[in-house]
Amino acid sequence: MIGLQHYLVVSTILFVMGVLGIFINRKNIIVILMAVELILLSVNLNLVAFSAYLGDLVGQVFSMFVLTVAAGEAAIGLAILVIYFRSRGTIAVDDANRMKG
Amino acid sequence: MDMLTSLLMTTPELVLTGAGLILLMISAFGGDSTARIVSWLAIAALLSAGLTLCGLPGTGGQAFDGLYQADAFGVFAKVLIYAAAAVSILVAPRFFATTQGGMRAEYPILILFATVGMGLMVSAGDMLTLYVGLELNSLASYVLASFMRKDGRSAEAGLKYFVLGALASGILLYGTSLLYGFTGSTSYDGIATAMADGLSNGELFGLVFVLAGLAFKISAVPFHMWTPDVYEGSPTPVTAFFASAPKVAAITLLIRVVTEAMGSALDAWQQIIIFIALASIVFGAVAAIGQTNIKRLMAYSSINNVGFALIGLAAGTPEGVAAVLSYMAIYTIMTIGSFLCIMQMRDAEGRPVEDIASLAGLSQSRKGLAAAFAIFMFSLAGIPPMMGFWAKFLVFDAAVGAGLTVLAVIGIAASVIGAFYYLKIIKTVYFDEPAAAYAPAGSRIENAIMAVAATVIVLGYLLNPFLDRVTATAAASLF
Repeated sequence: MIGLQHYLVVSTILFVMGVLGIFINRKNIIVILMAVELILLSVNLNLVAFSAYLGDLVGQVFSMFVLTVAAGEAAIGLAILVIYFRSRGTIAVDDANRMKG
Repeated sequence: MDMLTSLLMTTPELVLTGAGLILLMISAFGGDSTARIVSWLAIAALLSAGLTLCGLPGTGGQAFDGLYQADAFGVFAKVLIYAAAAVSILVAPRFFATTQGGMRAEYPILILFATVGMGLMVSAGDMLTLYVGLELNSLASYVLASFMRKDGRSAEAGLKYFVLGALASGILLYGTSLLYGFTGSTSYDGIATAMADGLSNGELFGLVFVLAGLAFKISAVPFHMWTPDVYEGSPTPVTAFFASAPKVAAITLLIRVVTEAMGSALDAWQQIIIFIALASIVFGAVAAIGQTNIKRLMAYSSINNVGFALIGLAAGTPEGVAAVLSYMAIYTIMTIGSFLCIMQMRDAEGRPVEDIASLAGLSQSRKGLAAAFAIFMFSLAGIPPMMGFWAKFLVFDAAVGAGLTVLAVIGIAASVIGAFYYLKIIKTVYFDEPAAAYAPAGSRIENAIMAVAATVIVLGYLLNPFLDRVTATAAASLF
């Protein structure tokens, strides 16, 4: 029987993978966008699992909002990536250093 | 509570959304030649949204079954936000005329949408409203940061802001999902009720994640790393906007979440707030010393200021919250004034200059501008009788009143370190050998706003009784 804990463990693993994907990744900005999506999906999994467990609909409604916003966020992220690529000619993470951070 | 009353309470957001959509159509069909009229209409929309705050949206209480709250606290924050948004629209045309060959009509519209998001943030009564408002503000801000499409630095600023902002939203959401699972509710009231009978481990994790996500948005140490790059790369009017309105919105949002939703878990969040407050103050003061770019310096200054504001919040009392609100009001005026001065820094061809060294000897070529610079820098350093002193005084007073004397002492010590780099700018302006002169004075609007801000900063202590009363009322609506 798959219970709440299994879902929570999977979503935690996904979340950690997403965060590590942003910080450890040294190659490609597209991978960062994928890592962000991974984080949002882990949150959705959490919300839906809790919603089913609690017998409460709010979690599922919340996950719909998250999905919608994630779509908008991906669109804006890719648009910014395109103008960045046009001005720089590369999307390697290490090259985003015009300003010293 | 019927639907119509709820809708009436959200009038400011409805007005701004409607205006934003209509202006978007105008600019889509009319092109950039409509930029001027769109800007003025956007300012009119902000003004009318501000006027509606006098009615039901300011006193109505909970709307949409607690999803949205119309109270004095929200009104105070919204007045600041609308004013800052209007100023950042007003000052933009001249900047874009010299850097891009003209104002773009999308700029005021993006500011309007960001403002709707900030209004939702400060009035949220549920994690769902909070998230939607925060994202609406963030998505518009990402585009604003990368607004100068042909400029590599602007694109890089937008990209960095996007990646770290999306990460922050993810962390905040993860915390929200944990809070939802362990308290069974997403509304502030529901979370507060569940937390009242002791804090479970799951709730504690949720609380920490939510605070970490919000710390990103207010750029508090250790989640500040995006701030200097985004402030430096964004167009200067956008930087002025980022340093004022979203900061007020995020701080007031944080206040509402910790007092309304997590009020009973004071011990848990108080230590976190104390830590990020101290870290921000010390780091903001020390890291700013070596900066040569004025916009980067202002970024560290904003990190430093957020730390001071959080000292008031750490007190966890109504006086502390009122002190934070006063601080944010005064900070908004100081920071907008400083950015107006920075926008006057243009070389002979009218291109913007950001080097601190180019300010040398400004007092000989532009006496008024040099005086304004000195006033804002003295105020940011917290030297009486400027308003900046009263802001710091209030938060330290609240911290001492709540028994956090050590916190106040370290804060005061760090503000002395911080004073060094503000005074260094004044020294550069008044006592260094003159560098190449700037282009002649800007538009009348910019000068007028700058003069008003400087006057308020110098004579503002006359307003203190008024400010005290307003912030006390606003803070009382939370407790």
